[in-house]
Amino acid sequence: MTAGPTHLPLHAWHVAHGARMECFAGWAMPIHYPLGILGEHKHTRAAAGLFDVSHMGQIMVRARAGDHLAAARELERLVPVDVMGLKAGRQRYAVLTNESGGVRDDLMIANLGDCWYLVVNAAATAADVAHLEEHLYGTCSVELASARALLAVQGPDACGALSALMPAVAAMHFMDVGAFRVDDTTCFISRSGYTGEDGFELSVPAALAEDIAERLLRHPSVQLIGLGARDSLRLEAGLCLCGHDLGGDTTPIEAALDWAIQSVRRTGGSRPGGFPGADVILTQLERGVARKRVGLRAEGRPVREGAVLFADPTSDAAIGRVTSGTYGPSAEGPVAMGYVPISLAPIGTRLFADVRGQRIPLVVSNMPFVPHRYHR
Amino acid sequence: MEIRYTAEHEWVALEANIATIGITDYAQRVLGDLVFVQLPAVGSSLAKGAAAGVVESVKAASDIYAPLTGRVVEVNPATVETPGLVNSDPMGGGWLFKIEVGDPSEVKELLDEAAYGKLAT
Repeated sequence: MTAGPTHLPLHAWHVAHGARMECFAGWAMPIHYPLGILGEHKHTRAAAGLFDVSHMGQIMVRARAGDHLAAARELERLVPVDVMGLKAGRQRYAVLTNESGGVRDDLMIANLGDCWYLVVNAAATAADVAHLEEHLYGTCSVELASARALLAVQGPDACGALSALMPAVAAMHFMDVGAFRVDDTTCFISRSGYTGEDGFELSVPAALAEDIAERLLRHPSVQLIGLGARDSLRLEAGLCLCGHDLGGDTTPIEAALDWAIQSVRRTGGSRPGGFPGADVILTQLERGVARKRVGLRAEGRPVREGAVLFADPTSDAAIGRVTSGTYGPSAEGPVAMGYVPISLAPIGTRLFADVRGQRIPLVVSNMPFVPHRYHR
Repeated sequence: MEIRYTAEHEWVALEANIATIGITDYAQRVLGDLVFVQLPAVGSSLAKGAAAGVVESVKAASDIYAPLTGRVVEVNPATVETPGLVNSDPMGGGWLFKIEVGDPSEVKELLDEAAYGKLAT
């Protein structure tokens, strides 16, 4: 393969706004704009940030026989969450599991009334589509909506900025989703995001994306925000990045995502198990896990992905690894997450990370590092 | 005062046998907003090319190397307190450390402004 990264529908627009473009998951993405990662991060928490996340996969799953609920039943064969109980106009976080209970990908599943709308990670989109087709073929159609862009507006002023264009969104609550008519086309809008702030994600036809982005950016509160700040924002919010904090060898229980598995899918529920790796995951829910994802705070220098963790300053026996780490501009210090043995997972446990030969002290800490401010 | 550069995007200001060292404007732009600066210990001896410290942005960590062999005679604690100073004034108030040059013959191996300018694009 000699092909370069795929361009976003708004590629030229980002460049015109001074974006530094770098390859991420096969896409040329705006990493930051002239404001810089630190400024963009703080602006999002103080006002509103506009993100282009069109690299993410948008997938429409529809029942072939027109039985919408039957498609939910089929999706439940792939995820450990309650899809059938998800009402029209609502969305929910989910994970696609593998046979050993690990995470293939994490995603959002929305009930649009006549179809199930999935937003998946860019790096996993092709594999997810193939996985869905393999398991749902015959009962559902699986369509990658590649002609759509995905914009996110996040921050305390996000509702003000978006409702200036579409007043109806102000009535939505966290995890509500709906189809809105804009300029004779359909936009899917959810009140959600991945920053810990109130905000919205807008799925819009690619041809309309620049116009909507331009109109949002004209709002005095809104600044363009790149992938760099998106990463520090989601880490401060304690949210996982698949391929880093989640993967095929970590289960959702080890990842401390128990909350994402509703009781109806657990042992004793009305539709227990029935998804890949259910035996492992349901057993872990009952008996606990040997290791767990925890939040970590350091003083001084950031501890980054891949740093090996130790129980004391001198031991050679690694006890775990950091899966995400950076300086948290709003947490005002280094923040990280990683996997540690359950005996070292209690809040307040002191650990050490090896950073270029130095042992940096860390403390197991509550997540999120910065409180969520969702509009519930 | 004579200003030279390294391929590692550091600047070296020479005055008598004292070299003041920092990162270039290009380097601070590529790194982005700095959040952490670690400097060498005053009195430590560094060989040319040895790791002397670290600067970290939100995005990444980057080593600072000794551009010349010598002994560290002074560091700039303001950059440790306020790493953003390196972004706002990389070639002035954001200087990092000073060394007493141990081997003046190494100076001619540093880059002049024209040679560095070709690297910093």
